[in-house]
Amino acid sequence: MSTWQRFKNSYLFYNFKQDPIAISSFCALAVLVVISVLAPVVAPYNTYDTATIDILDAETPPSWMENGNETFLLGTDIQGRDLLSTMIFGLRVSLLIGVGAVLFQSLLGIVVGLLAGYVGGKLDAFLMRIADIQFSIPYLIVAIFTSAIFKLAFGVGRYEELAVPLLIIIIGMSEWPKYARTVRASVLGEKNKEYVEAARVIGLSGWRIIFRHILPNTLTPVLVLSTIQVANAVMSEAALSFLGLGMPITKPSLGSLIRSGFEYIFSGSWWITFFPGILLVIFILVILLLGDWLRDVLNPKLYKG
Amino acid sequence: MFAFIIRRIIQAVFVMLVISLVGFSIQHSIGDPVRDLVGERVTPAEREVIRERLGLNDPFYFQYGRFVKNACQGDLGLSFFYKKPALEVILSKAPATLELVIVTALILIVVSIPAGVYAAIYPKSWFSRIVMAISTVGVAVPVFLTAIAFIYFFSVELNWLPSYGRGETVNIWGWESGFFTWDGIKHLILPSISLSSIMLPLFIRLVRAEMMEILETEYIKFAWAKGLRRERVWFIHAFKNTLLPVITIFGVELGILVAFTILTESVFNWQGMGFMFIEAVERSDTSLLVAYLMVVGAIFVVINTVVDIVYGFVNPTVRIAGTK
Repeated sequence: MSTWQRFKNSYLFYNFKQDPIAISSFCALAVLVVISVLAPVVAPYNTYDTATIDILDAETPPSWMENGNETFLLGTDIQGRDLLSTMIFGLRVSLLIGVGAVLFQSLLGIVVGLLAGYVGGKLDAFLMRIADIQFSIPYLIVAIFTSAIFKLAFGVGRYEELAVPLLIIIIGMSEWPKYARTVRASVLGEKNKEYVEAARVIGLSGWRIIFRHILPNTLTPVLVLSTIQVANAVMSEAALSFLGLGMPITKPSLGSLIRSGFEYIFSGSWWITFFPGILLVIFILVILLLGDWLRDVLNPKLYKG
Repeated sequence: MFAFIIRRIIQAVFVMLVISLVGFSIQHSIGDPVRDLVGERVTPAEREVIRERLGLNDPFYFQYGRFVKNACQGDLGLSFFYKKPALEVILSKAPATLELVIVTALILIVVSIPAGVYAAIYPKSWFSRIVMAISTVGVAVPVFLTAIAFIYFFSVELNWLPSYGRGETVNIWGWESGFFTWDGIKHLILPSISLSSIMLPLFIRLVRAEMMEILETEYIKFAWAKGLRRERVWFIHAFKNTLLPVITIFGVELGILVAFTILTESVFNWQGMGFMFIEAVERSDTSLLVAYLMVVGAIFVVINTVVDIVYGFVNPTVRIAGTK
């Protein structure tokens, strides 16, 4: 049976077909991801190209309103960029940082969790104590602090230049304990099973047992966690950018777009904040709904209320 | 129990030491106390003299020891911008943040408990469905968006409530309070409602889930069988047992609220600790940043420790877990 056939007959897919919320949020997410990946093709304007921007177009309201301009469907932002295109590019940045941060934190967390769970003893106590300490401080505080410190250490100009990789590291560092704990818990469950003992008897090396035999069996909870973590990371990124600790306004993410629009809300330019805000909420919501569905399907025991 | 408390306190002290080590390394590597003291226009030779006198050429661990000793005596260094002890600056901003958190906590309790209990008792009513739908969407809305929406509707469009600052405050024994003037209370409304909007969905779900679980238990069925009045079963028998886990999580989440005050305060220009923190970042005021880290770290450690100990009294199994 091919992989596709197996997938089509699986419990996961069966459940997916039964659940209208899962289907609609999956479709919405797919559309958003495709749009943001294809941003340079899909967006009406390239907002990174300063030659096409005219500051005199700044704060044009959406096209259906008075003074609106046909060429700018959702109006323009404070720098005269087409808001729709800026949002599409912003979503791309948010998605990139969100996925990047989750990859980074899962890598870090999985390695720590595997080592702590498999090796045990002093190493386990040490690693888990670090995780506990970090866990006792809310991740948002950790992220805000790290970014503030990075900003001071690198200087504003350099920080804005390196914003994407730095934000991936910052958000990743603030959330890895969740992965470490999840993976460690499932490793402890797997470690004493017979297949691991069998692998040990054959004489496989510790590394091989950890990564080839135990790791695949711990991936289900990791997958569930990852969906929700992408939403979390996108939210953290938006919060950091809103505070002025994230993406600069020249390469805005949804968060920095909202921040820039907020200053103009008192003069009535609501659209600069409103549309990116709605897009952000929809994006986070569909990921969360999908994550909830995945959790319920893959782990029915956890289901509660 | 005694051993549990001691173990928990030792752990708290250890965590504080780690936080102070992080704080000190930050100060050591990016802060420049000489610049903070004398500014930029001093010759390198004179700087060197000041460095030597301040003990900045001593080994790292030596300086760290001094940092911890000073911190224990409440000396967290001088703020470069305010030219005042950093702790003093933070304490002068603390009442604003605390008042915001207190009002938010009140809103949370007053709204989430009745809503959660109602949704648990009548899970199929339209009101419960609406509450649950709103709380599902609410999780996805970042706090600054809620805050901006409130400002747009209630301040810009309707012009009912102020959107900026704390308004008039009264000084009561050194505590700058906005509770006692009409203006101060009006300024509190929007920030506290926005801040509570982050936790509200979570708490409503929590109360509802706990209450529903309790309503399924044997002793509640027995209470029904005895023919007790509905109100008595719900509010005396079931509700009491819902409170225990709810209170614990309230305690922990209250600490998380402190994190979100940074966002709310920066939207509303609320002159509290969070706003001060963002200003300190913009002014590169390293010692104030480190002092804030220490104070907030201490708040978390104290809250977590107290919650754990209280929980240890209530739930004996926690005491045993963690002993090797």
